[in-house]
Amino acid sequence: MKRFIPYLVLVIAGLWIGMSWIAPRPRSNDFDVRSFSRLPVLVGGRIKPLDTVARNSLLIMRGKQSLRLANGGKMEASRWLADVLFNAPVADTYQVFAVANPDVLGILGWAQADKRYCTYAELQPYLAKIDEEGKTAAAMESAKRTPFQTAIYNLRNSLILYQQLKSSIHPENTTEFAAEIQTYAATAALKQGTTALTQDARALLTAAAARYEAQAQFAYMLAVAPPAEGKAGDWLSTGTALLRVESPQAIPASVSAFANMGDALRKNDRATFVRAADAYADWIGKEHPDVNGRAAYELHFNLSQPFYHSMVLYVAAFLLACASWLVCPKGLRHTAFLLLVLALAVHSFGMFSRMYIQGRPPVTNLYSSAIFVGWGAVLLGLVLERLFRDGIGAACAGMVGFVTLIIAHHLGSSGDTLEMMTAVLDSNFWLATHVVVITAGYSAMFLAGLLAVAYVALGVFTRMLTRETAQTLTRMVYGIICFATLFSFVGTVLGGIWADQSWGRFWGWDPKENGALLIVLWCALILHARWSGLIRQRGLMAMAVFGNAVTAFSWFGVNMLGVGLHTYGFMDKAFPWLVAFVIAQGVIILFSRLPASKWSSFRNADRSDLYAAGFKPAA
Amino acid sequence: MRFLNRWLGAISSLRLTLVCLAAAFFLVFVGTLAQVRLGLYIVQEQYFQSWFIWWSAASGNFKIPVFPGGHLIGAVLLVNLIASLIHRLSWHWRKLGILLIHFGIIIMLVGGLATDLFSVSSYMRIREGETKNYSEDSSHRELAVTDLTDPKTARVTAVPGDVLAEGGTIIQKSLPFQIVVRGFYRNSELHMIDQQSGHAVPASTKGAGARISIQSKPRATKLDARDVMSAVLEIVPANGGASLGTWLVSDVMAEPQDFELDGRYWSLQLRATRYYKDYGLSLIDFTHETYPGTQIPKNFSSKIALADDKNNDHRQVLIYMNHPFRYLGDTYYQSGFDPDNTGTILQVVRNPGYQAPYIACALVSLGLMFQFTLHLVGFARRAKPAAAP
Repeated sequence: MKRFIPYLVLVIAGLWIGMSWIAPRPRSNDFDVRSFSRLPVLVGGRIKPLDTVARNSLLIMRGKQSLRLANGGKMEASRWLADVLFNAPVADTYQVFAVANPDVLGILGWAQADKRYCTYAELQPYLAKIDEEGKTAAAMESAKRTPFQTAIYNLRNSLILYQQLKSSIHPENTTEFAAEIQTYAATAALKQGTTALTQDARALLTAAAARYEAQAQFAYMLAVAPPAEGKAGDWLSTGTALLRVESPQAIPASVSAFANMGDALRKNDRATFVRAADAYADWIGKEHPDVNGRAAYELHFNLSQPFYHSMVLYVAAFLLACASWLVCPKGLRHTAFLLLVLALAVHSFGMFSRMYIQGRPPVTNLYSSAIFVGWGAVLLGLVLERLFRDGIGAACAGMVGFVTLIIAHHLGSSGDTLEMMTAVLDSNFWLATHVVVITAGYSAMFLAGLLAVAYVALGVFTRMLTRETAQTLTRMVYGIICFATLFSFVGTVLGGIWADQSWGRFWGWDPKENGALLIVLWCALILHARWSGLIRQRGLMAMAVFGNAVTAFSWFGVNMLGVGLHTYGFMDKAFPWLVAFVIAQGVIILFSRLPASKWSSFRNADRSDLYAAGFKPAA
Repeated sequence: MRFLNRWLGAISSLRLTLVCLAAAFFLVFVGTLAQVRLGLYIVQEQYFQSWFIWWSAASGNFKIPVFPGGHLIGAVLLVNLIASLIHRLSWHWRKLGILLIHFGIIIMLVGGLATDLFSVSSYMRIREGETKNYSEDSSHRELAVTDLTDPKTARVTAVPGDVLAEGGTIIQKSLPFQIVVRGFYRNSELHMIDQQSGHAVPASTKGAGARISIQSKPRATKLDARDVMSAVLEIVPANGGASLGTWLVSDVMAEPQDFELDGRYWSLQLRATRYYKDYGLSLIDFTHETYPGTQIPKNFSSKIALADDKNNDHRQVLIYMNHPFRYLGDTYYQSGFDPDNTGTILQVVRNPGYQAPYIACALVSLGLMFQFTLHLVGFARRAKPAAAP
């Protein structure tokens, strides 16, 4: 019976994940937005489902992917977007703007603890003031802004985004859009005929042209799909599409579909809304099967939240692996291993889904690099666990998986993480080789560093660092550092070759290049120090721990300097975290220098063990 | 013999390798942080492409070396590597990987040195429909002295900016006059002198400089900022006649300035150093693609017509992102464009050592893979017994 418990845990975890694959049912008294949420639109150069647009917009404005209503209930992002697109007066009363800075609250005349989120209606009287202060901040370099200026700058951007969203389908003050465009198209058709237009007809066309031009200028998304076989470049905003219409028959399917959905939503007609959304989804599926397939896939990806689920599983696996050293070693270790495999599978699903949606190799920006670093390190950790079966590989894999996904979560808060690649980066060959290889090198460095931390922690605080464990850990760290050397070196040189192909120089001492070189040099130092006999176990571990700091500097630190050519993802918010991380590595290195008498595991060790660990034999 | 062996042992020692690697690690780290203060170009010059990093007192003009620079560390590492290949490393097939790695690194260091010493980078800016047969290096200047007497064949004598920086008197056989450097500014700021402010001093006695005042400035550090080089030059006839006066030449003065001497007409201009080619490139079309519905650039490309009469080579080439055009030792890269999208800026690199990294990379990668596969086999074999407690 006992043998089956690990598998039982695995099945329960699998069921928990499976549940997230089912789309949530709408409440019986509300609109069903399941079809609506998968409709494709073009935003930021990429075709994506409305659900993604909704989630990313809320993430930017509110910091979360869903909305909390005033009455305490939760609202799905897509449901919120339906109101923003079609029913602005209602949407204006939702609390979507995160305002935490006390000085910004001061401008609005609210006390600090009053509220964290406010509505567009509440902000409306202060728009001019926010715009003015925000513009001042926008003119400054981001590093020189005060916290107040950063906050007001972000708030202004959120407000612009929100206003653009409201004008995405039709101008804000529209009531009967389907009827309006019918009349407009019929009048436009008259213009093609021979009869002269009446004065009213001419006035109507002039007014409509102004309206639609303004909408086209301000629209956040291109919602009008081209006829079948059309390319991404042929998508239009509703305004532009309407300006080209010359008869009622020529109104694009997308425009009438969105018009019908909007009219139904404003009339609170749930059945018609769903019918219109379903009909349009069918049309898209028939005319653009590829676009439709990707959008539907992305919706599933959004709903399944793979990185959240694997994060939880990594924590569970880490705790179980640690517990296995205290009680029930075999069973808990096996459970931890199984959970890790499941977590890695879900993690892989998420990563490969992103690759499919974007049509790119796994690493395209800082966010995806964190996902990939975690993935690679967990995979290596699992291999170690399989080879050594002592729980150390599993614990480290769980830890590194959890931490990297947390980092990714924080890096992903600026909106869409599946952005288009600017011209110089638009090369799948180099993204797949240089970037992947160098990121795999980061994975290995962090795993080696973490194993070294385990050596120090187990040795100093517990008596579990036996001769065998110490030797095993040493072999693990040495092997992983060899692996890291290979990947860091090859990755760095491939980067040089890419630079030679695109910038005309192999090496330019740019900060990011230097960061990669630092890792290679540090690996070479560790290996040569080991071969020369200058360091033994503890020295190797101390150097591997410092490798964590070197890698973190290369990964994030150089981006914080604000100079250089690798200008993707400058980030200064995380600077205190980086400093804290480096200090923590320093403290661990200091611990590793403690004399043998302070190490619980070495207090009573014999001479040969002390020698292997790198202690000076006692006189 | 024993002495030689000991000496060889010292320069091939692993300890020296460690010292070099540690010094390189420290240099790269400090050099990266220094870029925040000094900018990329100055750091390259002072930290990486130098023998020593110098510390100089803010007030005095004495300086002392505080740390080995990139060239010194690289050179010592190179000697150490070669010596260890000869003296220390064993030539056994199990060490084949190690040998390949170190041999590859030697090629990389030599190639890097060759690149630092011999590679020349310049830019060619072509408008649509225009043909150019020279590229320009804006980080190096030259004083172009042109003989305008015969309007059909303008003969140019070019004096490199570094020669101007040394100061003194410049004597050229092709010129019937000497050029005396009266002032040199690596970075400067020019101001028009207006009538009201009487206290500004004109930079020169002749030419446009008579109405301009000049101020020296510290060198530019930002990646997108450039120094404005200027010089004040006195023209003295070689036959001992009276001085013609002084002229101001500067990067920001676009037009050449003329003067006459004994019936011949000359012009002076400080300009980016030019490299002339034996062939011409014309821009047929420049395209700037963006992703639909955004301003995010997707691609930049230049359709170029190559016209080489000497080698009888006439054809069209397309230069775009990540796809340079290599011709007669020069490599042309898509680098920039004019704001109106009808002109292109190509980077032109002549680097005799450009193949070294490719060869080195292949050797080192092979070596690393060989050695770690060997190691991994042993690692997995030894790990197995531990699996059954």
